[in-house]
Amino acid sequence: MKHIKRAFLAINAHLDWPLFLIVLTLMGVGLTTVYSATSSDGFAKLDKQLINMAAAIVVMLFVASTSPQRLMRIAVPIYLVGVALLVGVALFGIVVNGSRRWLELGFTRIQPSEIMKIAMPLMLAWFFHKYDSTLRARHFIIAAVLLLIPFALIAKQPDLGTALLVGSAGFYIIFFAGLPWKFIIGLGAAAGAAAPFLWNMLHDYQRRRIMTLIDPTTDPLGSGYHIIQSTIAIGSGGTFGKGFLNGTQTHLEFIPEKHTDFIFAVFSEEWGLLGNGVLLFLYTLLIGRGLMIAAAAPTVFTRLLAGAITLGFFTYAFINMGMVSGILPVVGVPLPFMSYGGTALVTLCVGIGILMSIHTHRMLVKK
Amino acid sequence: MGNFHNDEGDLSRFRFRLGIAALLLLLAFGLLLGRFVWLQVIQHDFYRTRAEDNRIALIPIVPNRGVIVDRNGVVLARNFSAYTLEIMPSQAAPLDETIDALAEIIDIQGKDRKRFKRLLDEAKNFESIPIRTRLTDEEVAKFSAHRYRFPGVEVKARLFRQYPENTLAAHAIGYISRINTKEKESIEQAGHSANYKGTEHIGKVGLEANYEFELHGKTGHEQVEVGADGRPIRVLSQKPATPGNNLKLTLDTGLQAVAEQAFGNRRGSLTAIDPRNGAVLALVSSPAFDPNLFVDGIRFDDWDDLNNNPDKPMLNRAIYSTHPPGSTFKPLMALGALTVGKRTPNQSIADPGYFNFGGRRFMDDKVGGHGSVDMFKSIVVSCNTYYYTLASDMGIDNIARFMGDLGLGRRSGIDIPGEATGILPSPQWKESRFKKREQQKWYSGETISVGIGQGYNAYSTLHMAHALANILNYGKVFRPHLVQTITNPTTGEVRTIESEPVRQVALKTEHVDFIKRAMAGVVKSGTGARAFAGAAYESGGKTGTAQVFSLKGGQKYVAGQLKERLRDHSWYVAFAPVDNPQIVVAVMVENGGFGAASAAPIARQVFDYHLTGKRAAGAAPEVNVPEDADASASEEDDNETH
Repeated sequence: MKHIKRAFLAINAHLDWPLFLIVLTLMGVGLTTVYSATSSDGFAKLDKQLINMAAAIVVMLFVASTSPQRLMRIAVPIYLVGVALLVGVALFGIVVNGSRRWLELGFTRIQPSEIMKIAMPLMLAWFFHKYDSTLRARHFIIAAVLLLIPFALIAKQPDLGTALLVGSAGFYIIFFAGLPWKFIIGLGAAAGAAAPFLWNMLHDYQRRRIMTLIDPTTDPLGSGYHIIQSTIAIGSGGTFGKGFLNGTQTHLEFIPEKHTDFIFAVFSEEWGLLGNGVLLFLYTLLIGRGLMIAAAAPTVFTRLLAGAITLGFFTYAFINMGMVSGILPVVGVPLPFMSYGGTALVTLCVGIGILMSIHTHRMLVKK
Repeated sequence: MGNFHNDEGDLSRFRFRLGIAALLLLLAFGLLLGRFVWLQVIQHDFYRTRAEDNRIALIPIVPNRGVIVDRNGVVLARNFSAYTLEIMPSQAAPLDETIDALAEIIDIQGKDRKRFKRLLDEAKNFESIPIRTRLTDEEVAKFSAHRYRFPGVEVKARLFRQYPENTLAAHAIGYISRINTKEKESIEQAGHSANYKGTEHIGKVGLEANYEFELHGKTGHEQVEVGADGRPIRVLSQKPATPGNNLKLTLDTGLQAVAEQAFGNRRGSLTAIDPRNGAVLALVSSPAFDPNLFVDGIRFDDWDDLNNNPDKPMLNRAIYSTHPPGSTFKPLMALGALTVGKRTPNQSIADPGYFNFGGRRFMDDKVGGHGSVDMFKSIVVSCNTYYYTLASDMGIDNIARFMGDLGLGRRSGIDIPGEATGILPSPQWKESRFKKREQQKWYSGETISVGIGQGYNAYSTLHMAHALANILNYGKVFRPHLVQTITNPTTGEVRTIESEPVRQVALKTEHVDFIKRAMAGVVKSGTGARAFAGAAYESGGKTGTAQVFSLKGGQKYVAGQLKERLRDHSWYVAFAPVDNPQIVVAVMVENGGFGAASAAPIARQVFDYHLTGKRAAGAAPEVNVPEDADASASEEDDNETH
């Protein structure tokens, strides 16, 4: 009884209750939606997702109790291992659905790009922390290189969604680290100018997705199908939705990937504009709490890391909802804490854990 | 952790950037919210409709087609259910590969492939096309085990039309076959497209075509929720189909069988009508075809055989094939002359064996003539000369008007499609028929030929039977019809096809009775006597012979020396019993020679069966008759001038 209490106190010490409650609420919404999306197959997916969530929370608590100093110490090794694995994927990776994303380890497959989602901000936060006092323009260039190597490796797989998430996480660090505004504006202009070249570098299917976004009806049974069906789902949901388990688009299998990347269409069809508003509010709360943590973070490393991770959650949510509602091209980005799948959930909870760690260790640092 | 030296400056810059980020983020979420409002509030109706369209499909339920039975309830057309193996070309893998793979588990022959190809060419889009019909249970089971390998291939239970009596009355009943593009258009124009959703067959000829909308029934539908792959998931509502109406015919299968058998393998046609109401008792066109061949898409070889057969089995001779009626026209002419007052029964002519008119000599068949001939004798011995003078006296306008009233040269209105109008010659007809001025002119010599049923005259057996029935009815004209009643199987409501006369021809009773007696005389002692020797009833009739081949003057017609196809057509029109006629027949045997030889014995077997129930053993025999017993027109002069 005593050590149970002690264990609880230990956990409680590093738990940020507001963040935890928001995440639990999102997971709860996610679970019900996964159930709705997969109810025709029974409870199998729901059970698995419950286990995924439990595991992710355990990981979250573990990370939360890990001090930022320790995180800083492992930043460089994780980054180097991540890049090495990405090179390994490029050389020996196995191809699934035309993309080389996985590394076969014999007993399991891993997706090193997933590690990079955490490793990238860790590495860059460490980097700017280390050179904070002597920050020069060249440091930004080095940071850009550190960012671009894994980005290019992931984009090459090809996995545009993950590349965007990894790249944006890195960019947020550089932005918060104080990248001069003229650079940011210059970068924007350069990106605009380079757009035609980038277009040529894109894979056919990626170009098609972007074209489809502009006019989904050009290929209604091909790549436009996903967008058409998901916008129908959202639009037909109306203000109050069709009700839980009543989404016809969902239950008649019109929505592809309905329990993973397109789960938002399922949610939106059944809960309508009202549900969407609630969901946006929950994400805003999550991000708001993250930004508060970032603002209160005591060190360069922690504040950069907290800011980037928080904006990372936003990026996930925005890209996913944007693509499902037809204003962004279709890329493989899950809806945070909602989409079915263990890997993404664990990665997200590592991020939450880091935020909690930063917040609950701040006093210790100051002391 | 000692980097606190410029922390304050760093921190304020960081917090400022955090604020910027928060602002951008709220903006982005605002954009999303705007998008949601656009989709879910402003465009909601549009997307709601789209979602409904997505999920609900109406699946038609094809009604059972009405059954056709004869007057005694013998089934002539019915339905049976069978499994077919069908391919949806739009969903299946490459067709040749699919069929090859199917052939490994189910017997698919070359003819099946040929038919499939032909149906594919004719098919509407997204239609499923049978590759094999009438699968056995074993084959269905075999395919089911391999089903996963064949996307777009399915076993379907379908209703098929079946004609249990096969070739019997095939021309009258007709057949159904797959709907073609033209028929689809006409269904659309008639506003029936909704009712034909899911219907794949339509009546093509005969009663099946004429009563298509009675037989078809009302298509029901199932409202089903479908998944993205179009598979039905659950039924939301169902409206069952209403089966088509059943037809009960006036046709007597027994009589029809006797009549068809009497033809043997000869070509020709027969129409038998009950003169009291216009009910068609038998309608024979020989040779016939098997309508069952058409039901699931006729095979190429069968179609080829039917189409290239010189005997033209697909032709409904009874209503479409018209020929000069020869001497069977004479009783009608006699009645016409009586009616318009150009002759009395007792007026006699002296027949020298020819008739001179306009510098030409029209010959009688009997060399030296029949001597003194009155109207009665003119019919019994079929005296040409009598009718040359009669036609000349009556004039073509009178002839055309009277014959038109009797129903010649027009459609009778029988309830099967494809009836020929025939040709009732007249100056007006000639004018409209020919383009050149000199061809349009009516020559009075032509009137003389018309008088003996030759020349331009051309009628079907339906025409002749109908005209004779109208006479026997004292001018009351009934529309010939094959359908007696139409029964709604759901409500049990029975509609009788009206047997009210459609019009009245002004005929005098004593004139009609005289013609009846004269025609009875033909059977008693004239050209029909041999064929009807020993009959248990009294009948009236008239033989006729229609020229196929025009002989030059002086040549003698010797049937045996002519090629079969150039022999004269043999006609016989008759009725029985004389006192109270119950049946009228018109028989025409192509290239059958003299009417008394081929056509009259067929009429004999038909009457025997109808009036006494006696069934003949085989085809009607050809009766050997003296060559001069029947009249065939010949002219001494050239006929080039007309």
